[in-house]
Amino acid sequence: MSAVEWLTQGLEVGVALAAAPALLGWLNQCRAWLQNRRAPSLWLPYRNLRKLFDKEALIAENASPLFRLAPYIVFGAMVLAAGIIPSMGTRLPLVVSADAIALVGLFAAARMFMALAAMDVGTAFGTLGARREMMVGFLAEPALLMVILVASLTSSSTALPAITESLAAGGLGLSPSLAFSAVAFVLVLLAENARIPVDNPATHLELTMIHEAMLLEYSARHLALMEWAAQLKLFNYVCIGFALFLPWGVEVGPIGPMGLLVAVPALALKLAAAGAGIALIETVSAKMRVMRIPEFLSTAFLFAVLGLLVHVLLGA
Amino acid sequence: MITPLPKLLVGCVVLLLGWATVGVAGLLRPRSVRLAGRVLFPLGALIGLALAVLAVTSLLGGGIERMVLPIGLPGLPAHLRLDPLSSVFLALLGAAAAGISVFAGGYFRAGQGTAPGLLGLQYHLFLASMGGVLIAADAYSFLLAWEAMALTSYFLVVTEHRRAEIRRAGLIYLLMAHVGALAILLAFGLMHGAGPFTFHAMRSAHLSAGWAATAFLLALAGFGAKAGLVPLHVWLPEAHPAAPSPVSALMSGVMLKTAVYGMLRVGLDLLGPPVWWWGLAPLALGLFTILYGALFAAVQTDMKRLLAYSSVENIGVIFTGIGLTIVFAGSGMPAVAALALLATLYHCLNHSMMKSLLFLGTGAVLHATGERNLGRLGGLIHRMPWVAWLTLIGTLAIAGLPPLNGFVSEWLLLQSFLFGDQVPHTFVNLLIPMGMALVALGAALAGYVMVKFYGIIFLGRPREPSLEQAHDCGWLERIGLAWLALGCVALGLLPVQVIDALGRVSAQLLGAVVPQASAHSWLLAPVPGRPVSYGPAVLLTATAAVVLLTMWAVRLLYRQRVRRVSAWDCGFGALTPRMQDTAEGFGQPIRHLFQPFFEMQRELPAPEDSAPRYRISIRERIWTIAYEPLCTATDWLANTAARVQQGRISVYLLYSFVTLLVLLAVALLS
Repeated sequence: MSAVEWLTQGLEVGVALAAAPALLGWLNQCRAWLQNRRAPSLWLPYRNLRKLFDKEALIAENASPLFRLAPYIVFGAMVLAAGIIPSMGTRLPLVVSADAIALVGLFAAARMFMALAAMDVGTAFGTLGARREMMVGFLAEPALLMVILVASLTSSSTALPAITESLAAGGLGLSPSLAFSAVAFVLVLLAENARIPVDNPATHLELTMIHEAMLLEYSARHLALMEWAAQLKLFNYVCIGFALFLPWGVEVGPIGPMGLLVAVPALALKLAAAGAGIALIETVSAKMRVMRIPEFLSTAFLFAVLGLLVHVLLGA
Repeated sequence: MITPLPKLLVGCVVLLLGWATVGVAGLLRPRSVRLAGRVLFPLGALIGLALAVLAVTSLLGGGIERMVLPIGLPGLPAHLRLDPLSSVFLALLGAAAAGISVFAGGYFRAGQGTAPGLLGLQYHLFLASMGGVLIAADAYSFLLAWEAMALTSYFLVVTEHRRAEIRRAGLIYLLMAHVGALAILLAFGLMHGAGPFTFHAMRSAHLSAGWAATAFLLALAGFGAKAGLVPLHVWLPEAHPAAPSPVSALMSGVMLKTAVYGMLRVGLDLLGPPVWWWGLAPLALGLFTILYGALFAAVQTDMKRLLAYSSVENIGVIFTGIGLTIVFAGSGMPAVAALALLATLYHCLNHSMMKSLLFLGTGAVLHATGERNLGRLGGLIHRMPWVAWLTLIGTLAIAGLPPLNGFVSEWLLLQSFLFGDQVPHTFVNLLIPMGMALVALGAALAGYVMVKFYGIIFLGRPREPSLEQAHDCGWLERIGLAWLALGCVALGLLPVQVIDALGRVSAQLLGAVVPQASAHSWLLAPVPGRPVSYGPAVLLTATAAVVLLTMWAVRLLYRQRVRRVSAWDCGFGALTPRMQDTAEGFGQPIRHLFQPFFEMQRELPAPEDSAPRYRISIRERIWTIAYEPLCTATDWLANTAARVQQGRISVYLLYSFVTLLVLLAVALLS
């Protein structure tokens, strides 16, 4: 493992940490424009994080150490996930220790800690949020896994760089099985990142919350870490989507300065397009009732299984 | 590779006899809790540890040892054998028993049930008989040990025999155990061919394809009943909650695995090279069992019933692995079959550690609070930190989260599923995606179940005022829990070493080992021909590094205080512990989504009720569909047959006379 590879690794994590709030800011801007509102600044999420980090942290009297530990673990899992997903180069030293299945496992670990922390204080909203999050999770997680397994079958490996390399070599067109799983993936992305139509990130009504309900008891730096982790999660999901379905511009060989010159703007462009796309979906759809979410997610799950079947039947 | 003196096997037998002796010693002073708790159970734990060490030595040696003991029926002495397959399960038995026995030393108190000394006898005979099952090498001694295991565990289940529901649970268990044993007996009867009842003769007996398949299916039914494969799982959710917690831990963690051992022994060893389509039965049943167990676990309100259904789910995973192994082995893909076998064995080891840990955790909670109902627990992480934090490890492990052990076997299983499209049978190719989907769904549901389990028992606020007096467990119990938690962590972080050892079994049964392509001892790369790897130690180190770095940075950059205040709860202010989600509430989405699986009885309050009560009881449909009609039919049959029994001697003489006449007629005519 050369120094350049470690440098790429550091760069990937650094870019993810730095750009994740901007992705959310951009998404909110696009949404505001689409809804004929004045757009908030692109830097608003950064200012928000800074504000939260500067505040005095309030913690409920009966919160256990688990409650204080959880934000760090959730954040750590998301940072690590950012290091595994090949967003700019595929030669990453960390990926040998975690393939795509382990990546799903990391997301699951983060989710579980978040749900446990939400139950820790013992408020009605916290447990409600935890229950709903797990309900979303137990359908979204297998759907994501199936999406990844379709890609793994196509490229005979569950290692993300290998998948990206083999798909990048396959040309521009998506094979039918991947097209099915791309649909499934978009649905999972919306659900897992608490976007409309599954959850409303801007809601003020506790009864309709999922993600926000789990964070109600957090404040200051703990909340900042949780929010940053959520932004990283969105960034990671979008990058998984790129790695599986749009591997253009990713440097597949050993990365050099020239490679970076292509990879960084390519990533920025793709992120901008993805943010705008999500904003569009959020604008044209309405939030669903909570018990409709399983239908939405089982659609995703079935699409992914269909993708697998198509792969087995057509071999493509 | 037969050593002249079977040292390890002799050691094994001595240790098993040691367990029996420890048990008998309990009878010296049967009422003494001190003798049983402070001396005998810890001694049993040491024997378990020695057995585990011995079994691992034998496994790493990879040899086969045989021995014939001149006891048993005339002309049929007891054949014993120690090979890699039995070594793995002996190691599992020893390691799990070590933790459970130490815990049991602190757990059993003088109570209304069986006296401690007698309990110790039953307990240690149970352990010894499980060991006997694993080293037996002829059908007779196997079944003898098998029945001893069933009977001792029955007595352990009905420890608190003064309560009617516990006697009922014991009866169901005993019935299912015997139905299973009958099927196993028939399977052995088919397999022995013309030779004696030794396993050696069975290996060389050549059965016709039809009889071999029948024997396989009978074994599947018999061992499946013991393991808890749906639809033969009904005893599990009854017996596990009824038994004292260390016994539940042993039954769920170890005894179910002896059934898996039996299945592997018959399916992959005694019956010779398996036919690929045999594997479809355990595969399909296993997959259904995963979904079924996970769904029912999610809607339980009794914490031990929840764990029992979770065991059903895990048995489903294991049988799915067995099915895949057979399908691959029968399709001429021995390397992939070895991978699936590894996943199976790994999951057995994992489950024995994590489920024992969780059952012991519930035992500690039960002792501290006297409650099994999730709806009356909560907030115990403050009162019982040891139990809570150690149980958390088991919870995360069984939810299949990296870098703990549950994830490793799940990973291996999914990797072997990914070879499903290379099996030369289109039908299997189409089945495999469904299988993967169900395994993934089961794993995600396990996460749901475990958040419910842990969150409701240990987190939140105490739902009953009496919980404020709950106390943490004693030091013997802590050692037991810590040992099992350590097992979960070690199995999670050292998969390369474990798989290296388990490779002996696949070499023995399938003649193939998985490649360890990577030169690193920390990187697991067992998939034949594919550049896939998993390094849990690196993963853990990296996560820990990020977490510590973040903590350090936060501490360095922001010096604001942390202040304790009352919970915000959106400014509501009138928060009571009863406003937290109950176990029923947490299971509601699952009940709603998978309604057809459940038979629900709801009791809803009317709008004008002054003291509204909401109650829901959930039953398995299988009782109304299958078991109750079966019971009615059996009753009817027995009553009909009873008419023949008049109780008058003249009638019986008439029967004899008629029989004689019929026989004479037959003799004359033929």
